[in-house]
Amino acid sequence: MSDSTHDLPPGSGLPIAPRGDRPLLTELDPRTKKRYAAERRFKALGLTAVCIGVLCLVVLVSSVLRQGLPAFTQTFIDVPVYLDPATLDPDGNRDPEQMKSVLTFGYQPLIAAGLERALDDRGLGEQVTADEVAGLISRGAAAQMRDYVLANPEKLGETIDFNFVANGRVDGYLKGRVTMESAALDSQISPEQLQLVDKLRDAGLIEKKFNWAFITGPDASGNRPEAAGMGVAIIGSAYMMLVVLVLALPIGVAASIYLEEFAPQNRFTDIIEVNISNLAAVPSIVFGILGLAIFINWAGLPQSAPIVGGLVLTLMTLPTIIISTRASLKSVPPSIRDGALGLGASKMQAVFHHVLPLAAPGILTGTIIGLAQALGETAPLMLIGMVAFVRDFPDAPPAGLFEPASALPVQVYNWTQRSDPAFVERASGAIIVLLIFLVLMNTVAIILRRRFERRW
Amino acid sequence: MNEMTMIDRDVTTGTLKISARKAQVYYGETHAIKDVDIDIEDKMVTAFIGPSGCGKSTFLRCLNRMNDTIDICRVEGQIQLDGQDIYDPKVDPVQLRARVGMVFQKPNPFPKSIFDNVAYGPRIHGLARNRADLDEIVEKSLRRAALWDEVKDRLQAPGTGLSGGQQQRLCIARAVATAPEVLLMDEPCSALDPIATAQVEELIDELRSNFSVVIVTHSMQQAARVSQRTAFFHLGNLVEFGETGDIFTNPSDPRTESYITGRIG
Amino acid sequence: MSVTWLLLVILVLAAIGYVMGRRRAFADADGDVRKLHSLPFYYGANVALTSVIPALMLMFVWLIVQPMIIERSLVPQIPDATIEKAGALNLVMSDVNRIAHGLDEAVSQGTMTRDFARTLQTGETDVRARLAEVGVPLASDVDPEVLEVAQSFRAMNRTGSIAMTLAVLALAVGGFAYAYMKTNREFRARKYVEAVIKALLIMAAGIAILTTLGIVLSMLFETRHFFAQYPWYRFFFGTTWAPNFRGDSDLGIIPLLWGTAYVSVIALLVAVPIGLFAAIYLSEYAGPRVRSVAKPLIEILAGIPTIVYGLFALITVGPLLRDYFAQPLGLGDSANSVATAGIVMGIMLIPFVSSLSDDIINAVPQSLRDGSLGLGATKSETIRQVVFPAALPGIIGAILLAASRAIGETMIVVLGAGAAARMDLNPFEAMTTVTVKIVSQLTGDTDFASPETLVAFALGLTLFVITLGLNVIALVIVRKYREQYE
Repeated sequence: MSDSTHDLPPGSGLPIAPRGDRPLLTELDPRTKKRYAAERRFKALGLTAVCIGVLCLVVLVSSVLRQGLPAFTQTFIDVPVYLDPATLDPDGNRDPEQMKSVLTFGYQPLIAAGLERALDDRGLGEQVTADEVAGLISRGAAAQMRDYVLANPEKLGETIDFNFVANGRVDGYLKGRVTMESAALDSQISPEQLQLVDKLRDAGLIEKKFNWAFITGPDASGNRPEAAGMGVAIIGSAYMMLVVLVLALPIGVAASIYLEEFAPQNRFTDIIEVNISNLAAVPSIVFGILGLAIFINWAGLPQSAPIVGGLVLTLMTLPTIIISTRASLKSVPPSIRDGALGLGASKMQAVFHHVLPLAAPGILTGTIIGLAQALGETAPLMLIGMVAFVRDFPDAPPAGLFEPASALPVQVYNWTQRSDPAFVERASGAIIVLLIFLVLMNTVAIILRRRFERRW
Repeated sequence: MNEMTMIDRDVTTGTLKISARKAQVYYGETHAIKDVDIDIEDKMVTAFIGPSGCGKSTFLRCLNRMNDTIDICRVEGQIQLDGQDIYDPKVDPVQLRARVGMVFQKPNPFPKSIFDNVAYGPRIHGLARNRADLDEIVEKSLRRAALWDEVKDRLQAPGTGLSGGQQQRLCIARAVATAPEVLLMDEPCSALDPIATAQVEELIDELRSNFSVVIVTHSMQQAARVSQRTAFFHLGNLVEFGETGDIFTNPSDPRTESYITGRIG
Repeated sequence: MSVTWLLLVILVLAAIGYVMGRRRAFADADGDVRKLHSLPFYYGANVALTSVIPALMLMFVWLIVQPMIIERSLVPQIPDATIEKAGALNLVMSDVNRIAHGLDEAVSQGTMTRDFARTLQTGETDVRARLAEVGVPLASDVDPEVLEVAQSFRAMNRTGSIAMTLAVLALAVGGFAYAYMKTNREFRARKYVEAVIKALLIMAAGIAILTTLGIVLSMLFETRHFFAQYPWYRFFFGTTWAPNFRGDSDLGIIPLLWGTAYVSVIALLVAVPIGLFAAIYLSEYAGPRVRSVAKPLIEILAGIPTIVYGLFALITVGPLLRDYFAQPLGLGDSANSVATAGIVMGIMLIPFVSSLSDDIINAVPQSLRDGSLGLGATKSETIRQVVFPAALPGIIGAILLAASRAIGETMIVVLGAGAAARMDLNPFEAMTTVTVKIVSQLTGDTDFASPETLVAFALGLTLFVITLGLNVIALVIVRKYREQYE
């Protein structure tokens, strides 16, 4: 048994190379050891690649979360403001129409005075000027107060506690983005102001709250990051998804039914198939060029309108929906069609009464995934004017579809282009919202697939 | 195990190459091979016959641990090669397979040239010291597989371009080039036409002079033509094992007789 | 009547048609469904469809053609001096549009009467102020000539829309009557309805062709305009990109192609090894549990929108590369760089490469692996020497598809690569790509007559041709590969 070599008859022409004694099976010869080392290295490379992939995901998500989560809280400052009738209603008749003649400039000093008084009451802030105190509050505060006064003219002469949004730098200071060192170099805020903020915080006049305005409010100009919200962008994205759903689902399903159930094997069908598979791989920005040239320049639809965005995204999403719909139509076994046809149903009846309902969950799953793709698409929307600064909420559809709006991913892009670093936080926050929508949509798709998955 | 086969084994004179005792194979919950005891001799052709699904291919794949690649497959009992338990956890399946080569049902040449197909085994096992050695091994293996004359002018042509019978002989040449001691063949002719089958069978007979060959076959005629020993498997049991002539002319078990006469299978 | 109302009327007509068609069929069969050729539903649907579809088609065509005809007939009315003053014809036309829109707005808000709007003159009324009142601010005072054109524009529009309403309604009613008269129990309603539905299905499928045509034609058309103003050889062979909105720009595509290629190569250098090894590990080594966790995790990367990757490049990867590699090595201090965009794009492509390679590796028949393992090869030897060469054509196809993705990717390079067109070898230098320049030339204030804007269409066409070519080659390779093992 120990003799494991072959007895080779001399000159037998055996194809066997001279190889010496074979070792026991349980002992690795040096060559095999080397080969196993190579095996381990190879496997380690594979594992490393998987780990890098997962690590990238973790770093990406955690970087967005770290940057973006602070955007959901915002610093507010409580200021009791005396609504001085002499300034705000010079005519003295409490008529909102006439009070409109006092612009926000008239309100600003009152806020500054209110804040100063509040500080004085607590024995703080003697050494700072009114301007510096006012610099702690968002530039939108005056407008907020003016709106309040015009809506409640009877409150003139009273002292009202306002809860103003703090300036972006103050917010940044409390979130650790702005430091004393950076403030020293900053024209918009000084270290003295930040010391004042510390005192205000000790006095309980300043607090961080959940920032609903960030989610529901409109965008704000570049020097008021603290007031910028993504309400218009969310509405715009929702409108576009509506357009995509209403157009892409029926058209995609109709096209798939034709190709899968009725199309004859001919040139026309081939051309359609080639077109669909190519469109699925055309860069998204090319669809933007198409939208600009056809829908805006040629058909004369308005720029920045959700209808145009929706149309462009529909054309982009169609191949995805068609491909997945065809797959789910294909997975319905022919026996179902034969059964219906055998009972005397027409081909059309067999498809619409029997095949389509069975394929519906798959179609829905594919549609949701297509919508999720469309929701995150940015480049084509930039070309059709969605980068414009839009502050006004569009009306309800259908009229609202033709009014300017923004879109979530484009809003993110817009914010990254602004100089104030506070907008980076906003952009990351908006991405968190976008990702939450995507996760929800994909979860629904997965649940649908799990629940209705059928094996034939 | 029945008496006759034990006696048969006792009268054989060759050296034992592989012996199995109480071998069991499970696929998940299924008990695919039950209590198989068998001794396979060197320089002999042993044929495994039996109806489809009787476990003959499964057992063959146990002999060089090809079943390791199937996660749910589990082997118990003892299978020894030259007296060494091949299911010992310390045994390296790679070294084992270098000594127990295998040829499969469907010809499966690699998508490489004919030369590289044959040189594959010698290269990974380091059997050639230099290019001349390698050339020699390739030529001898191809001659062994009776393929040399057909392909010597196109060694660099892809192996997949050969005909089915040529492909199978290429696979045999490939297995032979690795210099195994045992050659397992899993229905090597099932995908071939009668002429190619005849060539391969002739080849198997020649290979016997240097290797222990174990062949699984569906065709009783083939078993009768090429083998010296035959084992009949049925429902995972080794029913009968002995001299091929005895099995076919004088089966001791009624099940073997039924199979040979065409009543089961 | 506005388009919305017209649509509503037609739809109501269709609903009535459905009910009446059904009823008539029933009546003709003496209330016995069995005597009808088709189910009652089809008789109703036939009437509804016959009244709606021709009418809607007419309306659709009319809405597209009418503005073109009106514009063409207005052009002769505009004096040359006005065009010269405004700079270009389309600027005058957009003024006309705006004024007409303002007048409409004023009439609908009630600040002007219809007659007043039709007859007003610049001499008597401050048109600009009146329009600003209703929320349509104008850039300058209104020229009397332009106002006149705007007024005749309104008049023609009005006539056009009245004509359209009448024609569409007539067609709808006609279709209704025709289908209603034809309804009797012998009528093969199902055949007609199914033919119409099938036609609709074919049209839906044809949208794919229309989209491709739309893409190609719109870009070809504008590209021709561009090459009429800028020589094609300077575009294709020019090595400087320096657009200048006062004219005399250098618009050579070479530096953009260089940037695109450089970023794509870096992206592939990241994505291909990682994606390929991940696919090999997951399909050949990993146990079911690891696979069921790691595979979806990596595929999540594919579902993340590119704007997220763009932001990641801008705020995380860019500064990181600058602070830890570029500055210590003295290779520059720009956070935007080819390396930033390339690496992030590579991350984006990892799941793309890995899932394509996974499919391809799984298509390699198990018999080849068995053959190799049966000869005593280790797993890695089998993968490297048998599986990989067998899968190579498919993997090359996958890499080409990934390359086409990389070339067409926009947001990551817009946010990560920079805007400066230069040809440099230093990967830490900011460079720019074709897609970035398409975005920058087409966003903001664009003038569709200048070569600086039109060049974007030529860039788009180039991009389209390159990616299409890569896709077609890749698909052919992959298909051939799959056929080999089927």
